[in-house]
Amino acid sequence: MQSNQLTESGQLRHFLTIEGLKRPLLTEIMDRAEQFSSISHRQVKKVPLLRGKTIINLFFENSTRTRSTFELAAKRLSADVMNFNISTSATSKGESLLDTLHNLEAMHTDMFVVRHDQSGAAEFIAQHVAPHVSVINAGDGCHAHPTQAMLDMFTIRRHKQDFANLRVAIIGDLLHSRVARSQIQALATLGVGEIRVIGPQTLLPRDSHTLGVHVYHDMASGLKDVDVIITLRLQLERMQGALLPSAREYFRCYGLTEEKLKYAKPDAIVMHPGPINRGVEIASSVADGPQSVILEQVTHGIAIRMAVMSMALASQSEQAEIE
Amino acid sequence: MKICIQNGRVIDPASQLDIDNNVYIEDGRIVAIAEDLAGFDADIEIDAYNKIVCPGLVDLSARLREPGQEHTATIESETRAAAAGGITTLAVPPDTDPVIDTPAVVELIEDRAKKAGRTMVLTIGALTQKLNGELLAEMAALKAAGCVGVSNGVSEIKNTVVWRRALEYAATLDLTVFINAADPWLQKQGSVHEGTVSARLGLSGIPESAETIAVSRDLILIEQTGVRAHFHSLSTGKAVKLIREAQERGLPVTADVSAHHLHLCEHDLGNYDSFSHVMPPLRGVRDREQLKQGLRDGVIQAVSSHHQPLDADAKLGPFAETTPGLSALETLLPLTLKLVEDDEITLHQAIASLTCQPAAILGIDAGQLKVGASADICIIDADVQYDCQPSSFISAGKNSPFGGWLFQHQVSHTLFQGKVVYQRSA
Repeated sequence: MQSNQLTESGQLRHFLTIEGLKRPLLTEIMDRAEQFSSISHRQVKKVPLLRGKTIINLFFENSTRTRSTFELAAKRLSADVMNFNISTSATSKGESLLDTLHNLEAMHTDMFVVRHDQSGAAEFIAQHVAPHVSVINAGDGCHAHPTQAMLDMFTIRRHKQDFANLRVAIIGDLLHSRVARSQIQALATLGVGEIRVIGPQTLLPRDSHTLGVHVYHDMASGLKDVDVIITLRLQLERMQGALLPSAREYFRCYGLTEEKLKYAKPDAIVMHPGPINRGVEIASSVADGPQSVILEQVTHGIAIRMAVMSMALASQSEQAEIE
Repeated sequence: MKICIQNGRVIDPASQLDIDNNVYIEDGRIVAIAEDLAGFDADIEIDAYNKIVCPGLVDLSARLREPGQEHTATIESETRAAAAGGITTLAVPPDTDPVIDTPAVVELIEDRAKKAGRTMVLTIGALTQKLNGELLAEMAALKAAGCVGVSNGVSEIKNTVVWRRALEYAATLDLTVFINAADPWLQKQGSVHEGTVSARLGLSGIPESAETIAVSRDLILIEQTGVRAHFHSLSTGKAVKLIREAQERGLPVTADVSAHHLHLCEHDLGNYDSFSHVMPPLRGVRDREQLKQGLRDGVIQAVSSHHQPLDADAKLGPFAETTPGLSALETLLPLTLKLVEDDEITLHQAIASLTCQPAAILGIDAGQLKVGASADICIIDADVQYDCQPSSFISAGKNSPFGGWLFQHQVSHTLFQGKVVYQRSA
């Protein structure tokens, strides 16, 4: 069974992964977000685009930031939003996941925003929802986090004019990072000249090069002359044990300090999907420094999510009219 | 009951026979393979013109789910499926519930199989009690009850001392040890082959070293203990190489491969297709080619189903949470003969790897067409075109990734002990 995240006319029906999407569509998402981002500066921060629509945030994994920006985005589009936080232990079996889904669907939901700790969960849910329901992937296991990738692209576009001439370095735990996988696909689709990943072998997938990246194990050569630096979050449970000896040693080798930042171009921007572990992935002086765009990323998250939600639900109504 | 199978292409790899002839059966046994048998008055005549007549298939590993998981499948349902797949002998691994570690469980399985009466069901006994990997099972009692070998199934024996003692004890009893080679730590961390597809899909990978480390360790202990050993379901090219070298050194080791590992690879996971979730995982394209080479060279002697019927729910979920395994009894023959259609192996190699060669591994007198032998026979339509439809499998498990595949070979009749136990409806 295969869900197709595009409608027959090439519009977004679901938003599950960046893989397979074409450059014009990614550009359209960013252009749309550009229009929405002005709304945040108005007195009344609302547009009636999704009035009467019901959106359910279905989070099988804890999240505060991503869930709140999705919720804000939906509310600014005038949709009704419900939040469901379901601990994964309660749905360790596929059938109860489907049961949960069909029960919520019975409430005439128009869209699910889904986060789950298993890779492929969003795809699975999209395969099983009713035809009139859209699914937005808010992160599935180690696979994809497409809205995060798009808000990162949006942020890069605001600072750097042309993707083609950029050198981008992604530092850290690529192996477990859904954010990095989606970023790499988005950067490649937008035609970025060179994508690098930097990290110890224990945090890089085997055959990383097949993802279309250049692999570096040290910051000096990996950061040399880059325009954009993306540091990835290191999950606490992975800092100690077989993957890494300690957070201290990680910071020593791969933590982004002012000193290491000098390897990059002087106008390089520094990004992080958040939440930050200060003194692990990044030094506070860099995170709060002039080259950091980390808080902008959060702001852009709302506009990007408004763009994706409105596009997916527009294609649904279009589809309904045809039928 | 007298049966005559007429004008078929009779192929018996064990005796190098390949001839257009009749097969005469009386009282459950083959009485003649000849153009004519004077005075034979057949009760049933089966027209096998343009069909292949070969020994019934011998499958080294099929899980029937009984005892323990009768809600999923039963000996009754799965032996029916085996008959439809041309299989007349199959061996069940010990990981039933309760485990096959006492003669009582062996008897229960044999009784149910006899009652069903469609295929010979042989048992492989447990190597350790409850497959716990700690205490040796009563292997002498199991052998006396009829077990054709011993195995720890897919449960690991982490303690090398226990592993060594278990092999020594099995060697003492002249029992073949059946091994699913996997390093438990490397295997359990993942659900798919560690490679390009796991990198892309963000699924935890199982490196090929999970298999090669286990095979290497086991070969060293096999050499030390002198036990006869068989490796189930190889998945990597490097393991084939290790076993080839061991055989060249004269070690008594054999190996099988599943039909699905000869046709699928990691890329068949597509978009998290849970039907392709199997253990050991589907490996790289190169591994698949080296498995075929191993089969051609005779390093791998048998193609097995590794049948694991599952209910629909077991495959409904995010990939890593689904249960690995596929329903394979009814695709074993068409998939193996597809390799002949693709000029990968000869027809004789294909049939030998499904009949006399696995029979030799089990140490049983089966998988041959000879006068006096039990009439376990498979008749195959060799030139039909049909789509594989898992939903119409006879097995209770419809979990197959081969839905929609185009097959050319199809079982038309299966005879077990001289009785027609399957006949394809027209």
